[in-house]
Amino acid sequence: MNGALRLKRALVLSPPLLWTFLFMFVPYAILLVYSFWQQKYPTFVPAFQFGNYVQIFTDPQYFRVILRTLKIAFFVSLGAALVAYPYAYFLVFRVRKPGLRLMLYMAVVAPLWVSYLLRAYTWKTILGTTGILNSFLMSTGILSEPSSVFLYNQTAMIVTLIYVFIPFMVMPIYAVLEKIPHSLKEASADLGVGRVRTFLSVTLPLSIPGIVAGFTMTFCLTFGDFIAPFLVGGPDGQMIANVIASQFGASLNWPLGAALALVMLMIVLSIITVSDKFERLGQGRFA
Amino acid sequence: MSKIIEIENLTKTFGKVVGVDDISLSVEQGEFVTLLGPSGCGKSTLLRMIGGFEEPTSGRILLDGQDVTHVPPSKRAVNMVFQDYALFPHLSVGKNVGYGLRVAGMPRREVREKALEALALVGLEDRFDAAPHMLSGGQRQRVALARAIVRRPKVLLLDEPLSALDANLREQMQVELKALHTKMGLTFILVTHDQTEALTMSDRIVVMRGGKIVQMGSPVDLYERPATSYVAGFIGSTNQFRSVVATGPTGPQVQCFGQPISAPAGVAPGQEALFGFRPEKALVQFGEEGGGPDTLRGSVADILYHGQSVRLMIDLGAGEVLVDLPMSGSDGMPQVGDAVSLRVGADKIMVLADEVAA
Repeated sequence: MNGALRLKRALVLSPPLLWTFLFMFVPYAILLVYSFWQQKYPTFVPAFQFGNYVQIFTDPQYFRVILRTLKIAFFVSLGAALVAYPYAYFLVFRVRKPGLRLMLYMAVVAPLWVSYLLRAYTWKTILGTTGILNSFLMSTGILSEPSSVFLYNQTAMIVTLIYVFIPFMVMPIYAVLEKIPHSLKEASADLGVGRVRTFLSVTLPLSIPGIVAGFTMTFCLTFGDFIAPFLVGGPDGQMIANVIASQFGASLNWPLGAALALVMLMIVLSIITVSDKFERLGQGRFA
Repeated sequence: MSKIIEIENLTKTFGKVVGVDDISLSVEQGEFVTLLGPSGCGKSTLLRMIGGFEEPTSGRILLDGQDVTHVPPSKRAVNMVFQDYALFPHLSVGKNVGYGLRVAGMPRREVREKALEALALVGLEDRFDAAPHMLSGGQRQRVALARAIVRRPKVLLLDEPLSALDANLREQMQVELKALHTKMGLTFILVTHDQTEALTMSDRIVVMRGGKIVQMGSPVDLYERPATSYVAGFIGSTNQFRSVVATGPTGPQVQCFGQPISAPAGVAPGQEALFGFRPEKALVQFGEEGGGPDTLRGSVADILYHGQSVRLMIDLGAGEVLVDLPMSGSDGMPQVGDAVSLRVGADKIMVLADEVAA
């Protein structure tokens, strides 16, 4: 390689590398350093000790929050998959007109252009005591007075988060279903296999990479969410990100917050690694 | 022999476009029938209707005497080799072949035996556990074939099965397909746009155009006695010329680009018709003098070297014809501009019907 080419390459590559370094590695390094510091009321001092990590793994309240967050992320992903799969299937295999298909696809994706906060807030108005759900139930006579059971609990959070993150489930599933050659279903029928068995034996297995990708994205996005608990969650709705936020805020315990953030990062990274391995298994199939 | 497939007045329209136009055709048990035609002639649509993948607009399809016109593909005793092979990418070769049997509830061990047996027929029993994407194009083709014959269908449908293979492999597969057909005694219906493929393998060729059958017959029939100029041009090459039959000194004559030669049997003086002869049927002689009756005189205008033969474009003055000259080795290569005489006997000339507008 000659000098001029080397220089050009350096010029092209340096801005993104510099960006990544400054805004990803440096902050993580700072977090890592903080996570070894020590709280000394009312603030914290530099140190090198593992007390914060010990606290996270021994104090059951942190452990419980992490477990709850995992549970909520799981149910959100599961719920989103159960809604998104039939929808994507319908779009790819049942909607014949390309224009209509695009419109229905955009109907799911377009809300991504609307502020997240606004979309989450919508559910507050739907589920609230003066919300649409209560008005509907009262007008049909099922309820005689507005109920407050719909809002400020984990179910409300799960419903809200499914709504907020469902585009991330629909998109990969749609993409993978669209790639399945029509002739495979014909071949299955040709070999004497009915529609339901064809779905179970051909379509579903071939769409697993899309489900895994959607599940991973939805799971990780939910895992780091702290708006939904804030807007529609109840007293038992605190998620790990809320705890971290409060460590950096009211509690003024940056070292513990940093340690929690790093533990969370490790969990997310391991999920992504596992899912990546899984997707790699399915590669080369359509080659 | 009994008829395994009877197609009666089958029509398929897509909106305003007619894909298959009122076709009737029957196929004998054990026959190798090829549907031949250019793309868009309706051959694939016809095949897909036999397989059950397209619903006919009107008409009937009988399979072994049973009306299957509206029976779904999963309930028809026919199997298809798809153009893109349609192998299940998530299943091994063996599982692909055994797929239908397994779902039908056959015990695992028996499925394995049958799948191995079918793979052995195509010479791939040692790739039982391989994944489809690890196979070459030719091997995938064989797996698709094994999967389609494992259930011993009454009819095997092949939709341009060789079109994705390179030339050498295609020739080899033609031989193998033909051998498999003979060995299994199954009825094959193949769709292709490749005339060589059709000529090599078929018992009977059905030439299609515009959703209709133009002509059907054995490969020899179609090659030696094409009914229309379309068939003559689609299967092999033909020098075609239009002429009025005249009475000459030795009998009826036709004008081939201005030069008189004896007319073939079956036409009467005064009649105008389209005539043709195959490039390899003309007897080529070099030099000024050669000649005699039924001889066309001209000069070499272009030379296309084919290895085993050369194709010469001969300028007859009023037009050009193609002739094939076998390269037996002794003659040496002709040169552009060489004087040449072509002897075209009356028995070599074909009378071609005028084309029905399609």
